[in-house]
Amino acid sequence: MSKTERSSLFLAIIYLGGLIFGFGLAISGMAKPEIVLDFLQFEDFGLLFVMGGAAVVTGITFAVATRSDRVAPLTGDTYKRRLKSFDRNVVIGGSIFGLGWGLSGICPGAAYASVGIGNYPILWAIAGMFLGAYAQGYLRALRSTPAETVTETPSD
Amino acid sequence: MSALVSLLALGELFPRGTLPYLVGGLLVGLGASVIYLSTGIIAGASTFLESTLSYVSSVERFNRFKYVTSRGWRLVFTAGIVSGAAVYVLVSGSGLWTTDVQWWRLFGGGILVGIGTRLGKGCTSGHGVCGVGSLSNTSLVNVATFLVFAIGTAQLVQAVGVAP
Repeated sequence: MSKTERSSLFLAIIYLGGLIFGFGLAISGMAKPEIVLDFLQFEDFGLLFVMGGAAVVTGITFAVATRSDRVAPLTGDTYKRRLKSFDRNVVIGGSIFGLGWGLSGICPGAAYASVGIGNYPILWAIAGMFLGAYAQGYLRALRSTPAETVTETPSD
Repeated sequence: MSALVSLLALGELFPRGTLPYLVGGLLVGLGASVIYLSTGIIAGASTFLESTLSYVSSVERFNRFKYVTSRGWRLVFTAGIVSGAAVYVLVSGSGLWTTDVQWWRLFGGGILVGIGTRLGKGCTSGHGVCGVGSLSNTSLVNVATFLVFAIGTAQLVQAVGVAP
């Protein structure tokens, strides 16, 4: 896929998708930590429509695409669902992410969108995310053994 | 009368209305779908952290094939998200906006988000939108877990009087 990744049409489509994605995050208010915190404090349940609406659209897209026998036009890849293997890290990681999301009101995609609406204090959160991801990867690299290496889906 | 009362109660649940949330959510799903239908790629937002670290870190974990080969388009995807939000500011005329949430909450929360999304294999877009859209049990468990912990944390922080 390395050749197609460098094609300008491939990158243009990725950019367009990101553009729509970021526009959606901004209009939904997800780029504002205050609105996310209002949801978590049961003061505004609008966020349910954001995640629900988005999941319904991707759900329909995935269902239709995976049932067709076509391949993705720009890469020739077959359409797959997003399935990750389950282990205890899914629960531990989800708990730690939840603590962070509840403390800050910020998740990765929304943080990038927040930069776009001029919210420069969000750089604190983005710096924190890089630091956390680095610490996690560094510590796991120290502890991992070759047997622990698992194959994961290349997407996401 | 009872219809009016339930309507008022509904208004309390959604003090900012529901339309911007719904339209925003549909667009988030549409953006992910445009990428998926064209390329077969399921775009999550948090792998960007690891793949971008591969530019500056020699830690082998960040330099795995899947990160190095995807880091270019992940940068473009993230640039798209930033510009999409900027386009919203331009067309809506809402003006630039900054948060009042304190820096230590953003920074500390960011660190936990960075650890948790990488350990847990995804975030609100990867698990929450694409994983749930795929009816993945792993993603449904992850989303339920982070929602419970996020609600508990936010309520606790509010209860001890930290605002915003």
